[in-house]
Amino acid sequence: MGNPCAVIGVGQTAYKTKRLDVSMAGLLREAAQRALEDAGLDWADIDAVVIGKAPDLFEGMMMPEAYLADALGARGKPMMRVHTAGSVGGSTAIVAAGLIQSGVHDRVLTVAWEKQSESNATWALTVDSPHSTSLVVGAGGYFAPHIRAYMRRSGAPDHIGTLVAVKDRQNALKNPYAHLKIPGISREMVESTPMLWEPIRYLETCPSSDGACAMVLASESAARSAPNPPAWVQGTSMRSEPIFFAGRDNVLPQGGRDAAADVYRQAGITDPRRELDCAEVYVPFSWYEPMWLENLGFCGEGEGWKLTEAGATALDGDIPWNPSGGVLSSNPIGASGMIRFAEAALQVRGMAGEHQVDGARRALGHAYGGGAQFFALWIVGSDKP
Amino acid sequence: MPSSPNHVLEFPGGYTRSVGPVIGRFLSELRDGRLVGVRTAGGRVLVPPTEYDPDTGAAVTDEWVEVGPAGTVQSWSWVPNPRPDHPLDRPFAWALIKPDGADTALLHALDMGEFEAGAEPPRFLKTGLRVRPKWRAERGGGIGDIECFRPEVTMINAPTRLEYTLDPGRALSRFLESISQGRILGHRCPVCDSVIVPMKGMCSRDGVPTTEEVEVADTGTVTTFAVNNIPDPRAPEVPFVSAYILLDGADLTMLALVAGIPADQVRIGMRVKAAWRPREEWGPTMNNIRWFEPLDEPDVPFERIKDYV
Repeated sequence: MGNPCAVIGVGQTAYKTKRLDVSMAGLLREAAQRALEDAGLDWADIDAVVIGKAPDLFEGMMMPEAYLADALGARGKPMMRVHTAGSVGGSTAIVAAGLIQSGVHDRVLTVAWEKQSESNATWALTVDSPHSTSLVVGAGGYFAPHIRAYMRRSGAPDHIGTLVAVKDRQNALKNPYAHLKIPGISREMVESTPMLWEPIRYLETCPSSDGACAMVLASESAARSAPNPPAWVQGTSMRSEPIFFAGRDNVLPQGGRDAAADVYRQAGITDPRRELDCAEVYVPFSWYEPMWLENLGFCGEGEGWKLTEAGATALDGDIPWNPSGGVLSSNPIGASGMIRFAEAALQVRGMAGEHQVDGARRALGHAYGGGAQFFALWIVGSDKP
Repeated sequence: MPSSPNHVLEFPGGYTRSVGPVIGRFLSELRDGRLVGVRTAGGRVLVPPTEYDPDTGAAVTDEWVEVGPAGTVQSWSWVPNPRPDHPLDRPFAWALIKPDGADTALLHALDMGEFEAGAEPPRFLKTGLRVRPKWRAERGGGIGDIECFRPEVTMINAPTRLEYTLDPGRALSRFLESISQGRILGHRCPVCDSVIVPMKGMCSRDGVPTTEEVEVADTGTVTTFAVNNIPDPRAPEVPFVSAYILLDGADLTMLALVAGIPADQVRIGMRVKAAWRPREEWGPTMNNIRWFEPLDEPDVPFERIKDYV
């Protein structure tokens, strides 16, 4: 894994439907400035910048690494852009961590964002080509059949998705940055909303958000002079697989299983449910909580929904998932993965505020993207590996 | 109101008005493209200026202050159907606008952009809106030297258009050629023996080229599906069912529409058959198949298709 790497700064913007008050550069700078303040650093202290966002068509922005170099204080410094669809926020953080672990840099700023109000993700996901042979129906339309297949395979009762939709929104009420805040959120409220892509209801989907998330990653020597407690990176892993191939498990993709096994091996974890204190996992549609519980090895196959039903993933459960409210509560697509990674870091730094999991020492950050084909995971802890 | 008057009373040439030093200064500055106000003894800046402080009746000072030109909407009234003598011929607002640096507001027309006659006021028209004057090129020293006010620029548009010449490639060309004759072709992978439809000339799992063509049936089994209540360009009517269908003889499902059955009766394991468009409409496109319709056959047990979901 190379040299130790620590998260010494985290910065987030509030996630909102529209941030009309700022330009794209202004949005990123808001998050980056907050991460620098947390790290006790200024722009000049940064060695390199790594950014990530969703595919170009989402905002029609090509080569943001060129356009944003000045805005992120990267003039004369290494700057790169990472691109792995919805998992990009996670992959971006992993690439940035690699620059520390390799010993190349001491302080790397990493930023991910999306200004969904300036774009139309469903359009971007639905562009047709003259030779296209398949119907395309946006993200919800894509994932709904796989959720139905999970329900059939696992025998999960219909209300499990509703429980996740309520639990994550209850957590969001404790997170000052969360987009969707629905006081009094209840099963009845979720169940009264229309089916958009059956079996997915309106309140079982993520919102469209504007927002950015930034982190400052540091080497061991740089972390020593940080004003706030560091979160140490104990393992990172990425996997990908093609979207269509014969024999593909669309419900519990092999890429997700492999990435999880890899990151647990690095962190010396054999029982993630017991050895991790909390997890921030990319759940854009409520049913992906039980699905990823299985894919990430928190339980056996077909058992994920039972953990959700028993309240194991609630803030007061034995393995809280998405104490921040998760993607179901805030979804600036390109940033959503980095928010998971950053929230995991905040938990083990003891800086998560009202949604802090008491005594959290080890946390998982997870992101996935494309047709559930790109996976990025990291484990951070309060102890240096 | 009658559509045309039957009597007109008009003073020839219009009445004259001497404007005096205060209003005269204001109008002269307007003609030069500047917005100014006059300060009262109490320190307030009046725009438009008067010779007296309306609060106290005392004369104003001779101190002039350049204000604006940007300002803030204090209140407004929407005009959905402008009359012929209104300053704009499309819906607009009369607005009380307080120029930056002034303590009073002036009344002027506010152009909010293109709207059909009778339109409701736009949602972004509200008290607090930031606006700026649109000056006439030719000015004569009147309030009409400002044609109207307009909202400040908060958004720009970035039109984007990319042109491509796309080539389907050899394998997909063969597939499209066969579909234009009503046949569905796949490739058999020499390593895993799977039949891949539509073929891509490679097996994504094994990473090897594929060349052996296999024709598959236009009948198959629904492995899983969604009931969509959000319209799609290809399926404007909702609800519509998008389903993964395992064609008989294929080892890879394809996403397609299912119709000819109420959405709430579609099932995992349901047997279906392609509903082809009339032959004369066929081309090299999957659109030759309008959708899949139920076959009168027993459902396939989940056990037999579970490895394809």
